[in-house]
Amino acid sequence: MTTTESPAQTTEPGQVLLEAKNLKKYFPVTKGLLISRVTGHIKAVDDISFELRAGETLGVVGESGCGKSTTAKMMLMLEEPTDGSILFEGQDVHHTSAEVRKAYRSSVQAVFQDPWSSLNPRMRVKDIIAEPMVINWSISRSEQQARVMKLLNDVGLNEYHSNLFPHEFSGGQRQRLAIARALALNPRVIVLDEPVSALDVSIRAQIMNLLKDLQKEYNVAYMLIAHDLATVRYMCTWVAVMYLGQIVELSPVKELFINPSHPYTKALMSAALPSHPDMEQEEIILQGEVPSPLNPPSGCYFHPRCPAAMDRCSVEKPITKEISPGHSLSCHLF
Amino acid sequence: MVTTDTRINTETVLSVEDLRTYFTTRWGVVKAVDGISFDLRRGETLGIVGESGCGKSVTMLSLMRLIPIPPGRIVSGKIILDGEDIIPISEQEMARIRGSKIALIIQDPMTSLNPVFSIGNQVEEAIRIHQDIPRRSVTEKALEVLRKVNIPAAEQRAKDYPHQMSGGMRQRVVGAIGISCQPQVLIADEPTTSLDVTIQAQYLKLLKDIQRESNLSIIFITHDFGIVAKMCDRVAVMYAGRIVEHGSVRDIFNNPSHPYTEALLASVPKMDRDVDRLYSIEGQPPPLHDLPVGCAFADRCPDVMDKCREQYPDSLAVSDGHIASCWKLE
Repeated sequence: MTTTESPAQTTEPGQVLLEAKNLKKYFPVTKGLLISRVTGHIKAVDDISFELRAGETLGVVGESGCGKSTTAKMMLMLEEPTDGSILFEGQDVHHTSAEVRKAYRSSVQAVFQDPWSSLNPRMRVKDIIAEPMVINWSISRSEQQARVMKLLNDVGLNEYHSNLFPHEFSGGQRQRLAIARALALNPRVIVLDEPVSALDVSIRAQIMNLLKDLQKEYNVAYMLIAHDLATVRYMCTWVAVMYLGQIVELSPVKELFINPSHPYTKALMSAALPSHPDMEQEEIILQGEVPSPLNPPSGCYFHPRCPAAMDRCSVEKPITKEISPGHSLSCHLF
Repeated sequence: MVTTDTRINTETVLSVEDLRTYFTTRWGVVKAVDGISFDLRRGETLGIVGESGCGKSVTMLSLMRLIPIPPGRIVSGKIILDGEDIIPISEQEMARIRGSKIALIIQDPMTSLNPVFSIGNQVEEAIRIHQDIPRRSVTEKALEVLRKVNIPAAEQRAKDYPHQMSGGMRQRVVGAIGISCQPQVLIADEPTTSLDVTIQAQYLKLLKDIQRESNLSIIFITHDFGIVAKMCDRVAVMYAGRIVEHGSVRDIFNNPSHPYTEALLASVPKMDRDVDRLYSIEGQPPPLHDLPVGCAFADRCPDVMDKCREQYPDSLAVSDGHIASCWKLE
């Protein structure tokens, strides 16, 4: 089933495109080979809510196992949430017609970390970029090719590249191809999963600048999964800090860097590498490692590693409070 | 974070002079390292920074004499470690030096540990090879080293296999093997790239503590200026097989004098301030088998002059101990 080309819709910058409400994803842990029984759940994502706005970027930061990739997969409908909902332009995408779901899937695209494994080595560039259109739109071959050329130009490549294979490109160029493919269907939201961390320093800047330019041009919303706080500061409008499946702090980017409030955010900031040898950083070295999500600590999940832990932290789960407009966090200190 | 310069004395432990390592390939001779020189003083951390293909890993392999021959060979130069040139010595002699005088921590702790031996066994192996001491004291010594890298409950963890440990713990074990024979020089090749930020912070602090205790000299091979800012006393910036700029960490950050260093620093987003737009270096480094006659950065350089394409620039002094290879400085 193909639909005709959906024209690039015009949205006001700042308009809420996508809303995640109380999203949860629990993976059952089973025991036994033949007669398996569920012995517990890994709470990969545990009750998170956020919004994506047109023309803005939400950065999701956290350490491995904090649930950022699972969140991305749920946004891309590659994982069904255990509970909670994703509203796309007000419509719950999991409880709706197949048609709306299909439209959602073409409106939300992804660029992955590793440009060496995300492009099919046997396809020519023009076919890689045209594939989403072949599948989703009923447009003629020549229209497809015209659009491929436009997309290649958009990402800083040219017509000559369209007949080549992925192995003929450098890492940065491959990432440009992945971006062109993600843009093919005029998406409204692009999930960027560590898009620059596999690239060389000088190439990173090229790709980050390209992503910013494209966002300005097409007014698309980005969800950027990253671990490097400097990258987040450069790219994002909003930042969500995740720890063990929960968002512990969500804030406009400027506010977060001026006034990081959750002890975990502070620890992340102090652990981040300085941008100058004389840069002043608080010395907070967290002890231990992230606990297993299979058996998270009681109360506040961060309390065993928290330098400011109090008695109630191990008993009572903190609720999310807004401390200034748009800046919310879950901690008993506030 | 501010390093006390008092612990660095002027004693040089490692001195590299005009090192050239070439590889013969079907495309021609790849000049991976093409005439680099630097000194490493006792207790000092030197950062070698550059992008992929700039020759930093080949430099590291040359220092360890681990270049695969053929296709590679060290064409010329001297590597003087503790007063002795290690290039002409035999493989047997080198095997004695490797691990005991100069040790290596590589990037991926999963592939540098043997999955079928317990970690205690692997730390002991290094000690057994280099030190002639009774078996019981070998075990004792291995535990001591594991404790030194802050492995909790070392007696129990020594019986564990690599897959039973987290990435951060595995990297500590690799570090433990590295320092087990009290080397004078430790080469760390991007030891923290596979670690999470908070674990990375723990590991870097650990390396600094060990360095302070044993007056170890460290060479940090990295592409990340953040690591350089945090860890290094001096920095050598490499491009296309050569050191283009060399100076103290503050020289490099406050007064980058080679256009490549300047461009690299401007292309990195900053933690502590907003940047409107990152500088992006256009183009790609030249292929190493077909280097231009002049400066290899000329095609990407914003300040390129005619002379740059004709002749490779000399190393020119910017200030005391700070040199850069650029005609602009003439």
